[in-house]
Amino acid sequence: MLAIIRDIMADVLDIDADEVGPETTADDFEEWDSLSHIRLMVAIERRFGISFDNAEIADLQNVGEMIALIEAKGGKA
Amino acid sequence: MLFALDWLLPEPDDTRARLKAVTAALAAGDAAQAAAGLADLARHRLDLSALAHVGKRGRALLAMDAAAGGLSPVRLGLLGWSTLSFTADAIMGTAPRFGLAIDVVEGDFGSPLQQALNPASRINSAGLDMLLLASDARALGLAAPAMSAADAADRVEAALAQVQAIIAGVRPHIGSALLVETCVPPLEPIFGNWDAVSGLAPLALVEAFNRKLIAWAAAEGVVIIDVARAAASVGLARWHDPRQWHGAKLAVAPDAAPAHADLVVRAIAAIRGKAKKCLVLDLDNTLWGGVIGDDGVEGIVLGQGSGRGEAHLAVQQMALDLRSRGVILAVCSKNEDAAARLPFREHPDMLLKEAHIAVFQANWQDKASNLRAIASALNIGIDALVFLDDNPAERAQVRAELPMVAVPEVGSDPALYPRLVLSAGYFELLSLSEEDRLRADLYQKNAERAALAASASDMDGFLTSLEMVCTIGRVDPVSRPRVAQLINKSNQFNLTTRRYSEAEVAALEADPAVHAIQVRLADRFGDNGIIAVLIARRGASTADGRPAWAIDTWLMSCRVLERRIEQACLAHLVAAARADGAEALLGTYIPSPKNMMVADHYAKLGFAPAGAEGRATHWQLDLAGRPAPDLPMTIIDSAA
Repeated sequence: MLAIIRDIMADVLDIDADEVGPETTADDFEEWDSLSHIRLMVAIERRFGISFDNAEIADLQNVGEMIALIEAKGGKA
Repeated sequence: MLFALDWLLPEPDDTRARLKAVTAALAAGDAAQAAAGLADLARHRLDLSALAHVGKRGRALLAMDAAAGGLSPVRLGLLGWSTLSFTADAIMGTAPRFGLAIDVVEGDFGSPLQQALNPASRINSAGLDMLLLASDARALGLAAPAMSAADAADRVEAALAQVQAIIAGVRPHIGSALLVETCVPPLEPIFGNWDAVSGLAPLALVEAFNRKLIAWAAAEGVVIIDVARAAASVGLARWHDPRQWHGAKLAVAPDAAPAHADLVVRAIAAIRGKAKKCLVLDLDNTLWGGVIGDDGVEGIVLGQGSGRGEAHLAVQQMALDLRSRGVILAVCSKNEDAAARLPFREHPDMLLKEAHIAVFQANWQDKASNLRAIASALNIGIDALVFLDDNPAERAQVRAELPMVAVPEVGSDPALYPRLVLSAGYFELLSLSEEDRLRADLYQKNAERAALAASASDMDGFLTSLEMVCTIGRVDPVSRPRVAQLINKSNQFNLTTRRYSEAEVAALEADPAVHAIQVRLADRFGDNGIIAVLIARRGASTADGRPAWAIDTWLMSCRVLERRIEQACLAHLVAAARADGAEALLGTYIPSPKNMMVADHYAKLGFAPAGAEGRATHWQLDLAGRPAPDLPMTIIDSAA
């Protein structure tokens, strides 16, 4: 799952995502701002066929929580 | 179709590597390589993220090279009431698809009127070529139901007045064109079926607003981007995402942003004269089912009675419809010439006839070579061609050899071809002139003239036999739309490639220091319409201080080359300048990627070199003792 997230992040944020781990937050990348975060969520929804509420997105603190949310929504790697 | 940009190639699986290659080209200072890489990427179905990455590099390219590596640079302002950053990203990422490099200057969030009315605002001081106003039903007060007919009318008027005030505010600061989007109606009904009847529902308010907006825009020379129509064909449920509206004030769902941007950029491309001009058609399995060389006229599938036969008919009907609005048709087929022409002559269901086809290339050469031959025969750029072919191998060969040709990615079902080709917006039109309606015929006649030229033994004898009538007049309100169209479209025979909007042309007409003329040409084959535009400025002077006229703009339609029209134009200018007391004409040639053909224009007409400035060259013609030339045409000059 982490590998897929890295792949999506590299595509969406135009970054080298090899170092991305569960503790990674938006503060770690200049390219990860509020607008690219929307693109990231849209790309994840598309990849996993799931849909997020705005409130769920707002609560996310790091990549680990994002993965937990995807899995809770039934998204499979 | 529109939503997914189905006529483009699917996104490549190595987008990241291609983006890196562009980054490397930028780092190495290779603008042409970077531009080619961006254009190549943009010809694919990119999602918003990939478009943003292309756009970011396009902006870097513009910062590095003002000529954008051969892409045409545009500075576009963006005003609206919603979050426009994604729109900006998508527009910049889409631009290379159309041969453009667009740098978007975003207005501040949510206050377009204040920014428009403040001459010192970022938008008004950015030196913009064009501006796009993204209308929004909510911000314009059209998204809630009206309580009475009077209330509805008031709200529509107020919304229109707001748009008009914004455009009036920015107009003096925008160089070339103003673009305004129609309003997308809300999806949600308020009265139910009665929405359609009420005149009070948001749907009714938005539709009334759009009608008034369109009428006003047409009268004011403002370009309409019909987002309402695009959103309807995509589906309002996909266009509007309430989560994204509430979460980030995005009026267009992120997944619809690529389609939205394509709609905008194709219009900008048309303003820049980059709309396609010619549809090149394959024959076997494109215009009819089967292979004429194998199946014969009786064996091919075409016409009523079978789904496939009717679908091919619909492809032909589309081609005819395009031709009637000025798109040139050509044929490019791997066939024996005689076999290829047989259905056109003998199949009773063929809608297309040989007479509709300006250039007919049926042979066994590769298609890229034939497309080059078609462009050359028509005297148009290769980048003005659209190539429709059912065969993926042929499409791939053309894309590899001639990436500037638009090649719609059609599948094997002809039933979908018209929708794909027409949705792609290749032949975007800003206004329809009489010349557009007649153009396809004109190119046909040119082929006949060429045949006549081949049989005429001497050139002047041939020209005399054409019985040409050249009519020179001032640019006026009647000729203005066509003049503006030529100014913005002509690339090859254009000495300075200066673009002026219709409004700017109107200002030139009114300026006593400007001599702006339009030239029409008729001959025994028909009327070519307006084929040349010249703009000269009085009050210039030569290096040694003598009074002179400076030629600001000289452009001609390439279909009247080799007709000595240049000499007729020059004779007019010489006479008019002399009557004004000028002693010389000053000309300038500014090279562009497309106007090499006129590099020697002034030298050929007898001008002497008068220095250079960067890549531009200056020329001077002394008027003393120049006799009027004897030209093989009748000249009617009302502009002297």
